[in-house]
Amino acid sequence: MSSAFASTRTNGSEVVKELAFFAVVALLMSVMILGVETVDRPTGLELAVRWDLVLIAIGSTVVGRFALIMRREGMSRIVQALLITVTAVAVFEMFVRFRDMDDRWASPVVLDMAFGSVLSTVVAIAFVAIVFAIAYFSMKEKGAVEVDESAKLSSKIQLVYRSNTKKIGLVGIIFFIIFPFLFGENRSAIDLATLVMIYIMLGWGLNIVVGLAGLLDLGYVAFYAVGAYSYALLSQNFDLSFWLCLPLAGIFAASFGIILGFPVLRLRGDYLAIVTLGFGEIIRVVLINWYDLTGGPDGISSIERPSFFGLADFSRRVPEGSVAFSDLFGMDYSSMHRLIFLYYLILALALVTNFVTMRLRKLPIGRAWEALREDEIACRSLGINPTNTKLSAFAIGAMFGGFAGAFFATRQGFISPESFTFLESAVILAIVVLGGMGSQIGVVLAAIVMIGFPEMFRELAEYRMLIFGAGIVAIMLWRPRGLLSFRDPTILLNMSQKEKVAGELK
Amino acid sequence: MDWAYFLQQLINGLTLGAIYGLIAIGYTMVYGIIGMINFAHGEIYMLGAFHSLITFLICQAAGISGILPLTLLLMLFVSMVLTSIYGWGVERVAYRPLRGSFRLAALISAIGMSIFLQNFVQISQGARVKPMQPLVEGGITLMESANFDVQLSYMQIVIIVLTFVLMVVFSLLIAKTSLGRAQRACEQDRTMAGLLGVNVDRTISTTFVMGAALASVAGMMVTLYYGVIDFYIGFLAGVKAFTAAVLGGIGSLPGAMLGGLLIGLIEAFWSGYLTIEYKDVATFGILVLVLIFRPWGLLGKPEVEKV
Repeated sequence: MSSAFASTRTNGSEVVKELAFFAVVALLMSVMILGVETVDRPTGLELAVRWDLVLIAIGSTVVGRFALIMRREGMSRIVQALLITVTAVAVFEMFVRFRDMDDRWASPVVLDMAFGSVLSTVVAIAFVAIVFAIAYFSMKEKGAVEVDESAKLSSKIQLVYRSNTKKIGLVGIIFFIIFPFLFGENRSAIDLATLVMIYIMLGWGLNIVVGLAGLLDLGYVAFYAVGAYSYALLSQNFDLSFWLCLPLAGIFAASFGIILGFPVLRLRGDYLAIVTLGFGEIIRVVLINWYDLTGGPDGISSIERPSFFGLADFSRRVPEGSVAFSDLFGMDYSSMHRLIFLYYLILALALVTNFVTMRLRKLPIGRAWEALREDEIACRSLGINPTNTKLSAFAIGAMFGGFAGAFFATRQGFISPESFTFLESAVILAIVVLGGMGSQIGVVLAAIVMIGFPEMFRELAEYRMLIFGAGIVAIMLWRPRGLLSFRDPTILLNMSQKEKVAGELK
Repeated sequence: MDWAYFLQQLINGLTLGAIYGLIAIGYTMVYGIIGMINFAHGEIYMLGAFHSLITFLICQAAGISGILPLTLLLMLFVSMVLTSIYGWGVERVAYRPLRGSFRLAALISAIGMSIFLQNFVQISQGARVKPMQPLVEGGITLMESANFDVQLSYMQIVIIVLTFVLMVVFSLLIAKTSLGRAQRACEQDRTMAGLLGVNVDRTISTTFVMGAALASVAGMMVTLYYGVIDFYIGFLAGVKAFTAAVLGGIGSLPGAMLGGLLIGLIEAFWSGYLTIEYKDVATFGILVLVLIFRPWGLLGKPEVEKV
């Protein structure tokens, strides 16, 4: 192995040539967009030159490329040791930060600590050096074989995951149920958990469409919007309560799914993607322009908050004729009650979504979805009606989107078309695909990674979406089939083959 | 019917359509060769607009903006070259490593790329709308009626002529050169083309570069024509150009141009005679109708489904 490998090793001058090429590319890419800033002046645009940024861009490109070359040449130990060091520092930073999460706007703690004094700088450098040394010397020089081993490791993780899916799911559910007791006093933690839960629910809803039925939907946010607006409008115009509107919002969204799906579901994958994207945009444009009904860009404000199943109210000053939640249970008033209630509400909605999906997978219709995803022609020849089958997946996915939308409206108390842009659809789809299409736990993992982490780093506000975009690309390159790739059929003719197929799919 | 008004909308629509057509060619070429939507193409067009704006500002600072033809040529050249490199980079980072993988992976990574590029420009150049002074002013009055003069501005002439020239050049490039032959070969059967000595990687890269070059021209023309750009212009233009590519028949170069012109005309007439607010709805409505009744587009060939 090693001798065959040595022959492909690039020599020094080729490495220099390659690095020079990428330096030139980086220079050309950054020279204008980064190197020249357009500044608004009363007289018009003026230029400001920022050569330092160009140098940084070139420098990081060359270093990154060098790391890739090292990896390609089998000298990956240095790269891995560096990666581990950086990860260790990042984990430390996050650990320090988590202790007081309310202080989100602080600058990176690690930098402050490291460069506070001469002594701390020395300690920090020594710390980094020790971590690096441990990482470097604890690894064997593995060369080209290393790739195989990392693949083996990931398939091992997959195997553990597969055989323990139920347990992992149960532990996850218990964790989410006791979450408010752990962080009960931390308002932002509950808020964040609620937000993540909304996306988990949306991800599970979209998973029916994309993961199970294999239909690429780029306009899922349209159903979310339909749900949110139907609740907001029904509650404002007809004074209906949240509990009555929730099923109605789902029905409305599902009917929109059927109306949209009926003509377009005969299309092939990419076309379907674009049509759904177009539909999402149409809904948004209509919401912006239909001022009389939707309030246009101003949106709808002071939407009614949910009551405790119609029994009690969460506000401090309770309206005539209803009971305060705190009185009902004989507790002191706390503004946290509503937040925690909302958290449990979305948790319940999400679990219902999950439960229904799991059951549907075992019904003939779920089997038909999966079969359709794998081979449409075979399905048609076996007498499955593809349009109706797809339509049912589309409508059920849309319905859960509608539920999530109604919840979103009642939680925010304010909705506007701005919350329902294409970016939202892209985020939800990214959660499904990153999670590994069809994998329910993968969606949870991906939602935490995609929504939870960026929210925690709010201080990087303007860089957040930049990192988000780069992160999607990086995760896709690293694991194209998603964090937990789990796309094998629920049932096979001979169940003992399942592991074998899973091994091949990897 | 007011013919003057009609003629004016026709001119505006053709100008707009030429711009959409140029972007649509990028979609259609990439789709033809790798069978995937280049989701970051709209951002490439946006980058082209920014490159041309900054080039102009540099010319202005250097004091050569008085010489109009030189400035325009410089803008065209610099913007085409620099934007092409972004096109190359998108392919290299978001598409090439995932070529053998399943389809959704590349689509998602391209969406990520698109979000990245958008925010990259927003952070580096600011979120505010960038104004650009008109460079090519004046025009010809084609027709004078009682309450309305039909104007054909010099800028519109430049756009339509330049688009036409680029169309001819690129059609010849694909029909006559060895590069074009390689592209057509890869389009039909990538594996076979590779076995017969076509450098498939390079051909696909070139396709992305060519698409990006055309999109950058579109970006430059929009900068000159409308006089305002911002980091967000790529999304809507990208979706509309894709609609144009589908309408004309994806994979077909003349189809993309035809589709672009039609979309431009529809948009101009819709906003001229009906409501301007719903012009985007009209475009998407057309897309849905085309896909339902003629999914292979106006000039495309229907695809045969194989087992």
